[in-house]
Amino acid sequence: MSVVLEEKAPAEPGAGPRTIVNDFSIHVATANGSGSMSSNNILMRAIFQMGIPVSGKNLFPSNIQGLPTWFTIRASKDGFIARRRDVDVLICMNPETVHEDVKAAPPGAAVIFEESLNLQSSRNDLHLYPIPFQKLVLELVQDGKLRRLAVNMIYVGVAAWLLDIDMEEIDRALVKQFKGKAKAVEINRAAIAGGYEWAAQNRRKTDPFRLERMNKTAGKIIIDGNAAAAIGCAMAGVQVLAWYPITPSSSLAEAFIDYCRRFRRDENGSPTYAIVQAEDELAAAGMALGAGWAGARAMTTTSGPGISLMSEFVGLGYYAEVPAVIVDVQRVGPSTGLPTRTMQGDILSTYFLSHGDAKHILLIPGSVEECYHLAMEAFDLAERFQTPVFLMSDLDLGMNNWMADPFPYPEKGIDRGKVIRTEAELKDHIRRFQEFARYKDVDGDGIPYRTLPGEIDNLAAAYFTRGSGHTERATYSEKPEDYERNMERLARKFETARRSVPRPVIETGSGSRIGLIAYGSSDFAVQEARHLLSRKGKPVDYLRLRALPLTDDVPAFLAAHDRVYVIDQNRDGQMYDILRLESGADVSKLRSIRHYDGFPLDAETVVEGIEAAEMN
Amino acid sequence: MSTTRETSAPATNRVGLTVKDYGGLKSTLCVGCGHDVITRQITQAFFDMGTPPYKVAKLSGIGCSSKTTAYFADRGHGFNAVHGRMPAVATGAMLANHSLLAIGVSGDGDTASIGAGQFVHLLRRNVPMIYIVENNGVYGLTKGQFSATADLGSKLKTGVVNDLPAIDLCALAIELGCGYVARSFSGDMKQLLALIKGAIAHRGTALLDVISPCVTFNNHEDSTKSYKWAKDHEIPIQEIGFIPFFDEIYVEYDPGTTQDVQLHDGSHIRLKKLRADYDPTDKNAAFGLLREATEKQEFLTGLIYVQPTKKDFLSLLDLPAQPLTTLPLERVRPGREALSQMMEELK
Repeated sequence: MSVVLEEKAPAEPGAGPRTIVNDFSIHVATANGSGSMSSNNILMRAIFQMGIPVSGKNLFPSNIQGLPTWFTIRASKDGFIARRRDVDVLICMNPETVHEDVKAAPPGAAVIFEESLNLQSSRNDLHLYPIPFQKLVLELVQDGKLRRLAVNMIYVGVAAWLLDIDMEEIDRALVKQFKGKAKAVEINRAAIAGGYEWAAQNRRKTDPFRLERMNKTAGKIIIDGNAAAAIGCAMAGVQVLAWYPITPSSSLAEAFIDYCRRFRRDENGSPTYAIVQAEDELAAAGMALGAGWAGARAMTTTSGPGISLMSEFVGLGYYAEVPAVIVDVQRVGPSTGLPTRTMQGDILSTYFLSHGDAKHILLIPGSVEECYHLAMEAFDLAERFQTPVFLMSDLDLGMNNWMADPFPYPEKGIDRGKVIRTEAELKDHIRRFQEFARYKDVDGDGIPYRTLPGEIDNLAAAYFTRGSGHTERATYSEKPEDYERNMERLARKFETARRSVPRPVIETGSGSRIGLIAYGSSDFAVQEARHLLSRKGKPVDYLRLRALPLTDDVPAFLAAHDRVYVIDQNRDGQMYDILRLESGADVSKLRSIRHYDGFPLDAETVVEGIEAAEMN
Repeated sequence: MSTTRETSAPATNRVGLTVKDYGGLKSTLCVGCGHDVITRQITQAFFDMGTPPYKVAKLSGIGCSSKTTAYFADRGHGFNAVHGRMPAVATGAMLANHSLLAIGVSGDGDTASIGAGQFVHLLRRNVPMIYIVENNGVYGLTKGQFSATADLGSKLKTGVVNDLPAIDLCALAIELGCGYVARSFSGDMKQLLALIKGAIAHRGTALLDVISPCVTFNNHEDSTKSYKWAKDHEIPIQEIGFIPFFDEIYVEYDPGTTQDVQLHDGSHIRLKKLRADYDPTDKNAAFGLLREATEKQEFLTGLIYVQPTKKDFLSLLDLPAQPLTTLPLERVRPGREALSQMMEELK
């Protein structure tokens, strides 16, 4: 067999003994539900433990078992961890898709596949490594029931041999993956070793892809954005979570449940939180608002279809001025279609969510670190502005694995906003402002004071909350002047929020007249695109939005550049539209680059988009 | 202290408040609306029980009934939520602060149509709150369309006949495990008052389905939710007495004719049987009674089902004694070691 492979010399021009070290991507094709996740995690973690920057993405179908799924691992010595379009090393474990997978592999790729499929003659421009997985698993795993899962460990061993992954790191990752469960570790260890040894004895490496130890990941963690946000919520002191399962947000709620069970109990072992799996998203939003009204830090977590269902409650929350945090892990549209693919799909609709005049504060994390920090910030803003605040993550950020520095302990306390909680505070308020009026702007910032149900035994503290038709004292009114005054105050409050939301991250100084605006998970690809453009002698400046409403940094950035490209992961350029509406500057400078195939954005799309536009 | 309305109410109750301290805004409903009678009984019940009014959380959805929470206990906070979704708001509020006494007032549209889903799950969870349905079989605020509790064959003023069966909210509640299920009539003030007090004393969801005629849209001759029809057809299944926990209990009653049920807070409800051998702690008997009433087109009122010891939702969650809202940051933010441990696990 190795002879055959030798004859198929790499077809890449200039390919010879050259090696590509720590800069390629591995693509594992399996069937959903075949238990390959553990194997992929072990591979990714072992590379990470070798000190090499790495990211892992699960491109999966809406299915529990059977449909094809792909996991990509990107190792990047330069630390670029966005999706790459091209595949360098392909591990084909799904007989249903193997022919297509091999056909689509770019020339020069290394391909591992089941030997009995006889694909050896299908292409002569690939490095082919047929492996008798089915035969090996019979030898290596005695328990017939475990073979279907353990076969995936064999490819871990083969990949370790092929790519020079340190077997000690593989073993450490294995123990971590199975949390030290001796029997599982033992069976899988044997499968990995068996795969490694068979490949080492029977195959000869001809491809250029290798991994070498570096020191770029020391002390770092691997985490997905949902777990990161969950930790942020737990640290923010969230007291009530109401949620309804929906991909890709469910794992956020589940991580929150897990962390709370372990780290959020009082001295008697009682939980310092309440979690309800609601009957639907309407109820989840209603519970969060009910809890927020009663004074708890409350939240719900959902995705696009859930946001649609929450729309009515969000309008009430806006008008009745009730704090709550709604995490939207965005995905592609309706529930039937591509619910397991990523998209920045809800930016425009969420910003203006609900009926009447409504606009909301959106926080948009661009990394797992920001999922953690902005989750905490969201609660401060929700309580300070007494309104629903949205944390806009997405599937790519939320469900995929990312490297990060360990999260720092929050040094500052929490902002619970203008809330009067005792008789003494109420008396003091009345002394200063003559009365307590729930919806009166006594500070000039549009933010009124509130009391909480059941806390102060005083008629002056109580109020009756409802939607739009109320006076400053929260009594019912349909008078035009009362309505207008309230709407103007809400607008004033929003302007205060504009000055309080996280500012964009701005990277200027390239000397370029061209700027990029992006947000959320696009950051990974945009950073890489800027690097690629710089190498081509076309550097660009960059502004990454982290919140809506837009801060005054945006018109300044527009003024400082001739052309500004807005990167959206949606068809209609949702942020581009918001910028055109609200940036208050020369919007003719704005250009739109849109990526919307369901896969995470890659750097080439950004580079090509800019280059194509700049040529015109 | 007297607990009946026949004698004039004492100036102050056991917490030193007058009945006026339990009042609210003036009603804006139609003159003669049954809902206003219910509001008065709620006010009186809180007064009689000596409930601290600032602890009352008033919740409602949308509709005529849902406006009434502004008409009582204005020392308590109120939240007029969205149509059919009051149960979720109530659940959230009670999770946040379990020391509140939540009362939700809803209508038949708000509960049995748009709110059916949330109503069902509220009952299933047994969230501690009083849930009063002011049931008139029509949508008032949108001018008289049938609701899902309209009786089969009932006729609107416009001549439209309802050809769908009514949802029996009491049967639904019993099925879903509700531990306090009553049906009453806004015209039967004495019974209603006792049932509301019982609901205050109960821990868990207490459902009161109160027939409350709509004098504007559903009070005509062919209506089965009219004042006259209800008055003519009401058959109480018990005569209901209520002994609050702070009153001395009188022991003498005839167990053959009277049933005594002790409620969560130590109050007792005394049911003098008007229907031979009906036992409201027997779930099957309750179903049988309701089915029979539907078949015979009888309007039965009283405490239909009671099971006072069922665990409520908040007890199941094992929440700390202190309301969650009052926990300071140091009790809800994990410490440095905890975060270090979380990070270490991810390395």
